[in-house]
Amino acid sequence: MKKLIELENLTKEFNGQVVLKGIHLDIHENEFMTLLGPSGCGKTTTLRIIGGFEEASAGEVLFDGIDISKLPPHKREINTVFQKYALFPHMNVHDNIAFGLKIKKMDKSIIDQKVLKILTLVGLENYGNRHISQLSGGQQQRVAIARALVNEPKVLLLDEPLGALDLKLRKAMQVELKNIQKEVGITFIYVTHDQEEALTMSDTIVVMNDGAIQQIGTPTDIYNEPENRFVAKFIGESNIVEGLFVKDFLVEFDGQQFVCVDKGFDEGQEVDIVLRPEDLDIVEVGQGKIEGVISSILFKGVHYEIMVETSERTYTVHTTDINEIGKKVNLDFWPEDIHVMEKMGTY
Amino acid sequence: MRKERKSVRILWIGVCLFFLYFPLIIMAVFSFNDAKSLTHFSGFSFKWYGSLFENTQLLDAVLVSVSIAIIATIVSTILGTITAIALSKSKKIVRTSILQVNNLPIMNPEIVTAIALMLFFSFANIEKGYMTMLLAHIAFCTPYVITNVLPKVKQLDPHLADAAMDLGATPFQTLMKVIIPQIKPGILAGALFAFTMSFDDFIISYFVSGNGVENISIVVYNMTKRLNPSIYALSTIVLVVILFALLIGTFVPYILVKRKGVKMNEEVN
Repeated sequence: MKKLIELENLTKEFNGQVVLKGIHLDIHENEFMTLLGPSGCGKTTTLRIIGGFEEASAGEVLFDGIDISKLPPHKREINTVFQKYALFPHMNVHDNIAFGLKIKKMDKSIIDQKVLKILTLVGLENYGNRHISQLSGGQQQRVAIARALVNEPKVLLLDEPLGALDLKLRKAMQVELKNIQKEVGITFIYVTHDQEEALTMSDTIVVMNDGAIQQIGTPTDIYNEPENRFVAKFIGESNIVEGLFVKDFLVEFDGQQFVCVDKGFDEGQEVDIVLRPEDLDIVEVGQGKIEGVISSILFKGVHYEIMVETSERTYTVHTTDINEIGKKVNLDFWPEDIHVMEKMGTY
Repeated sequence: MRKERKSVRILWIGVCLFFLYFPLIIMAVFSFNDAKSLTHFSGFSFKWYGSLFENTQLLDAVLVSVSIAIIATIVSTILGTITAIALSKSKKIVRTSILQVNNLPIMNPEIVTAIALMLFFSFANIEKGYMTMLLAHIAFCTPYVITNVLPKVKQLDPHLADAAMDLGATPFQTLMKVIIPQIKPGILAGALFAFTMSFDDFIISYFVSGNGVENISIVVYNMTKRLNPSIYALSTIVLVVILFALLIGTFVPYILVKRKGVKMNEEVN
């Protein structure tokens, strides 16, 4: 796929505080890219720089190979869906969506046609005359998306657009957003702190922390092969164990050596090892790899969250099997369940 | 028991209203008096209104008052609105210090402002007349506009301007199409304030005008020296004008909202 936006060494300081530490990022055509990270990680700042609402302290934003760093927002072929929608309260739904087209001085008949088409896309055909205050949160959300999309931008920026919706609506909108993106076939850059949302919708996830990119990859990559402790902790729950990389396909932790599928680290290098709770199995004593005792069981709806105390640490296990507290058990896992990562500072 | 209390309340309100409005009513009634007397109503007549319109000095004064009020309102509304928008975006220390300075002419006794302006115009060697009066009016009206508009600007979602520019609007288009419509109630209130303040101002106008330029208040003041019921007629006209301005200011937004509300309901049904 063709590169559409390139961020080169993007740096941002606010009052002497560095919030972006030299970001390099390529965003492609038709890509659904998510910037994921905790609040204050710089994801929204990155988005606002792409949109033109903030100016970078250093670095370049290339759009189709041309530097647009100094271009004001109204001259960029980019539209934004704002966190709290920012719909114009003094206009009805139709006029809100038509705003951008009227600015471009399009014909009224063409505007009406386009507005109707986009309203159909977001499922609000008969809402054109409604006042903004008469819409529910979910409907306002759709109007905000329609208002941005009707301008046929090459890139749509979305700043935590589902943050204000309740869980059920949020899940429905996630699917809908993904479908809209496929239908209009443009690049979406999506900012969220919700890892599940990122995993559901994205083609590419960019995990950020502390003004720097931690990992770029597909949802599967990010989940299964986290590059460091921060990513592993942020994406889903995980048991992170300090260990030694003995040699290719062999690691040592908790006083034992285990076969794994990772290679390419230095022999004898200290590493962090991720074991996902759903990858661990609780089996009878003598049938598994690590011995332990069940110390607590929590019912989580779909699964039980079970804490297994071993001589070295406590492992979190997700399982649908019924167990009892105090039982002596073994933990078992496959070589491919062991994810070895570079050791970094502790988060 | 409860009924008694209610009647006491009504009586109290009645007394208050009586003291507020009775003098005005008396004045209005005696402006239609046939004779010059202030105590005996001898017959109904438009005599004093008639004499008003023969008085060219007075007609000039009306022209001065109205034109100055209109120009001062327009200029101070624009100035005040722009200042309020800028203040909302500036640093807190700048904003609070400018607001303090802004409040000074409002809190200050008018006579102090009047003398200060008079001295300033003399010092700057500007010839006193229509222009000085207009400048003075703009100067004392603008703070009222700022205090009325600023709260509305502060309530504004800061992302609205971003959204408008994101959709291709230039900063000026954003101001006209998004910001101004949002803060319109504040601007209207400020403009109304400015108009009434300017229209009925006496002290400042008295000190800063000269060369025979007089507004209604100054003429009325000069007329009181020679007792003349034309003053009542004139004051009654002023009263009616202000009353209309107030009624418009109070009911037009209400009617607009109501009409919009009806329209909204129709759409729902």
